[in-house]
Amino acid sequence: MTMEVAVLAMLLGVLLGLALAMVRMSGNRSVTWFAVGWIELARNTPALLQLFFFGFGLGAFGLHLSPFMIVLCGLSFNNAGYLAETFRGGFNAVPPTQLKAARSLGMTLGQSYIRIVIPQVLRVVYHPMTNQMVWSVLMSSLAMLVGYRELAGETQFLASKTYRIFEFFLVAAVIYYLMVKLILVGSRLLSWRLFRY
Amino acid sequence: MGSSSVFTGFQFSDLGFLAEAAGRTLLISALAISIGTFLGCIFGWILSVTRVVGDATLGVVLDVFRSVPLIIQLILFYNFFPIIGFDLNPFAAGTVVLVFYTSALVAAVVRGGISATPSATRRAARSLGMTYWQDLRYIVWPIGLRAVLPSWAGVALGVLKDSALVSVLGYVELLRASQILITRTQEPFLILIIVGAFYFALSFPISRLTARLERTWQYD
Repeated sequence: MTMEVAVLAMLLGVLLGLALAMVRMSGNRSVTWFAVGWIELARNTPALLQLFFFGFGLGAFGLHLSPFMIVLCGLSFNNAGYLAETFRGGFNAVPPTQLKAARSLGMTLGQSYIRIVIPQVLRVVYHPMTNQMVWSVLMSSLAMLVGYRELAGETQFLASKTYRIFEFFLVAAVIYYLMVKLILVGSRLLSWRLFRY
Repeated sequence: MGSSSVFTGFQFSDLGFLAEAAGRTLLISALAISIGTFLGCIFGWILSVTRVVGDATLGVVLDVFRSVPLIIQLILFYNFFPIIGFDLNPFAAGTVVLVFYTSALVAAVVRGGISATPSATRRAARSLGMTYWQDLRYIVWPIGLRAVLPSWAGVALGVLKDSALVSVLGYVELLRASQILITRTQEPFLILIIVGAFYFALSFPISRLTARLERTWQYD
């Protein structure tokens, strides 16, 4: 459950973050403020507050999300804000002449993006993205405060049932630690394969 | 009494309550950031000096603080002391956990800062007759500070926001205050917006300032 919500929030965060970065770089005034607002809000308020907002805040308008949706929306909102800045940095790191050179060699716009620009961007954003994935897992533990039963929520449920708070949370801590290590190892293996050249 | 409802709407005076709570958020984060940074500098220096041995001991311990969700750390720590017969108030428990959490993050930053100085530069300093500490103070510190100040500010901002989690232990900081008000007023949307604005007002200036420092320091 933890992995499910963390991975889904990460995927959504990547998609939304890409879109936000594109919008912010597009320079179109009427939509830029929206992207900037999203990014600054996501980065300058606590993730827990964002979760509460999706939970209780929207509830005030009669829009009741399920605990799963609260966590998913909150984490995606947060991930997207951070990733948008990462992607923006990534795209800025690739000189525009690269695109021009690819185009003048006869590649189509799509080809030059897929073969020239994106691989270079990926190199820059790969490490920050791994970090964000770790954050996504760690942040998903906040779900226990909005009533979603992932690892932390289930732990709290069991702990309050048995009054063995310390023991249960110790086990949860070990599991989180292992999950984070697994992600880091997996990401390193993948980066060997991806960035051989 | 009891004419209509036990709930009373949001009043102007509640802003004072929230401001007081924001002060507590600021207090606990300032404590965590200052003490945590101090410890983090020491830990980071130890890590950079001892290399393998440090990585295998201190490095592993600090890594745990970064790999376990803060909320779990808080609950564990808060519930550990009653087991060994101490009673810890939420403020103390929250501060201690935040301090170690900060120091773990800062240690990684400081270590990066120390390694940002090329070893040739440091050898040159020593060859000129500087002591080890002079080398650290006059060579490594200015170069490293410039390299890692943005990441340190990122950590500080993170801690400011993560201090919201201390509310879980019952310490009435900004987020907890919002929960109390929501229970009384039943106006969650309004109050969450106001509290969001408080956090934004605390955090946004620092993040702007850092972004500016990051830009201007690149050119000199």
